[in-house]
Amino acid sequence: MRRAFFQTLTKLADEDPRIVLLTADLGYLALECFAERHPARFFNVGVSEQNMVGVATGLAEAGYLPFTYSIVPFSVLRPYEFIRNGPVHHRLPVRVVGVGGGVEYGTNGISHYGIEDVAAMRALDGIAVVAPADHLQAVAALEKMWDWPGPVYIRLGKDDKTSIPGLDGKFEAGRLQQIGHGRDLLLVTMGSVAPEAVRAAELLAEEGIACTVAVVASVVPAPEAELGALLRETRLVMTVEEHVPSGGLGSLVAEFIAESGIPCRLMRRAIGSVSDGLSGSQGYLRDRHGLSAARLRDAAREAINRRAPSPPIS
Amino acid sequence: MTSPLNRQIRQVILDQSKRAGVGHIGSALSIADIVAALYSGVLRVGEKSEQARDRFILSKGHASLAVYAALHLTGWLTAAELQTYCGDGTLLGVHPERELRGVDFCSGSLGQGLPIGAGCALAARMMGSAHRTFVLMSDAECNEGSVWEAALFAAHHQLSSLVAIVDANGQQALGRSREVLSMEPFAAKWTAFGWNVHEVDGNNEGALRELFGALDTASGAPHLVYAKTTFGKGVSYMENQVKWHYWPMNDAEYQQAVEEQKDRP
Repeated sequence: MRRAFFQTLTKLADEDPRIVLLTADLGYLALECFAERHPARFFNVGVSEQNMVGVATGLAEAGYLPFTYSIVPFSVLRPYEFIRNGPVHHRLPVRVVGVGGGVEYGTNGISHYGIEDVAAMRALDGIAVVAPADHLQAVAALEKMWDWPGPVYIRLGKDDKTSIPGLDGKFEAGRLQQIGHGRDLLLVTMGSVAPEAVRAAELLAEEGIACTVAVVASVVPAPEAELGALLRETRLVMTVEEHVPSGGLGSLVAEFIAESGIPCRLMRRAIGSVSDGLSGSQGYLRDRHGLSAARLRDAAREAINRRAPSPPIS
Repeated sequence: MTSPLNRQIRQVILDQSKRAGVGHIGSALSIADIVAALYSGVLRVGEKSEQARDRFILSKGHASLAVYAALHLTGWLTAAELQTYCGDGTLLGVHPERELRGVDFCSGSLGQGLPIGAGCALAARMMGSAHRTFVLMSDAECNEGSVWEAALFAAHHQLSSLVAIVDANGQQALGRSREVLSMEPFAAKWTAFGWNVHEVDGNNEGALRELFGALDTASGAPHLVYAKTTFGKGVSYMENQVKWHYWPMNDAEYQQAVEEQKDRP
């Protein structure tokens, strides 16, 4: 995702001299295309994320469109208060880019996991939150959001190969992307774990369970209208995210169901406790936390078999 | 030379603090001479649409009343606006808001002004503009690690248009700075970080103005103006007293403070 993202940003910067890229000393084999083509607008600020956000705030006030880059926790959590008081409070167009949303930095351990970032950013008033599901959608999201009037947080993965069938690189702010249509189960997902949800829907289809997959890359602004329509036609929804259960996509859907009075059961599949310190590959961690396609299928099957049959669809 | 602005700034600080019944008086008085120097011919204040204006960041935002006073006395804030200081629904809170004319950045969280200022100075260089960025910090604010991140960055990029002013009153929220967390040797630290360090009497407005006017903001390293001040300067019972970081004045204290201004040069 990130290589495609920065190749696209490099092209956008050919056209718009306001685009500046700042990194806190990360991005090997990802940022070189920009750095070589636009050396006067590329700054490695060193390992100093708070300063990076401050500098971006000053640049944005002067009319630039600065992108800040690091791994998710260093991009978001370390300078969080600088983001809050800087671009968010001043409504300045800083683009905070985090790579490794979820547990993509698997064996690096918890310091490198990006599992609280969406909750943290959703808590701020006025920053768009974008979590593309594959590299094609990351490019589309950048092409739609690069000149968004306010601040934006973009949560990227590293995978530049996987593309989700049916997603076709579509992105629109405030919209979701629907893959398939089945009323037994609605799977709502975001970010680089989305292929697991799509695969789970395929596995469930083999068992005669029909699913709709909703990919929510535009977390803020949330796709409320489309989400509401999909929730109203199902009895069971499962959210799938590489993020803690609090404050992320599962919370967003829970809040929406509760406030809209929609009669549907919600299962939140998310990253549980990581405090035991066990790390491993992303695949291992997904399986451990119930986010692999097979474990999503099993959980969905069990939930569907336990409840009464759906009423006839009108 | 002390400008006519100087005495008026102190008067506004006393009047508005008394009217609103709020503290932070000592902090505002501490920077009154620095602010008077900046707003009497140094800073090129402008509307936000004027990209070539100088930027000023009051990073020690809790002293904002001194800046509100200067903005009012130089025509950027109306008397009616000033009268809302610390009232309900005001933009003139304890810490400045960018919605105000003449205020470039909100502040209040210590250690954020210098990184932002570094970004302003970098932007000036990128756009080929000669405008300058002044960041007014407290000495205790330099406890924050982010100040030193920005110090490294600004020196590395030789951001000569960046002028950091440290209001060195030696006092912080819970005591004397040297007892809370020693920063000494303070000036030597900044020199070691690659800054041009200028020591000055921070309560001598004329000396400050002369120094600001002489800074080379077109080439070389960024500037650190090490302005040694007296906390609560100009009100005898407030000088160097921690309680005036917090306390409001009663009627007698206000009267005495106002009387003392009449005796100042």
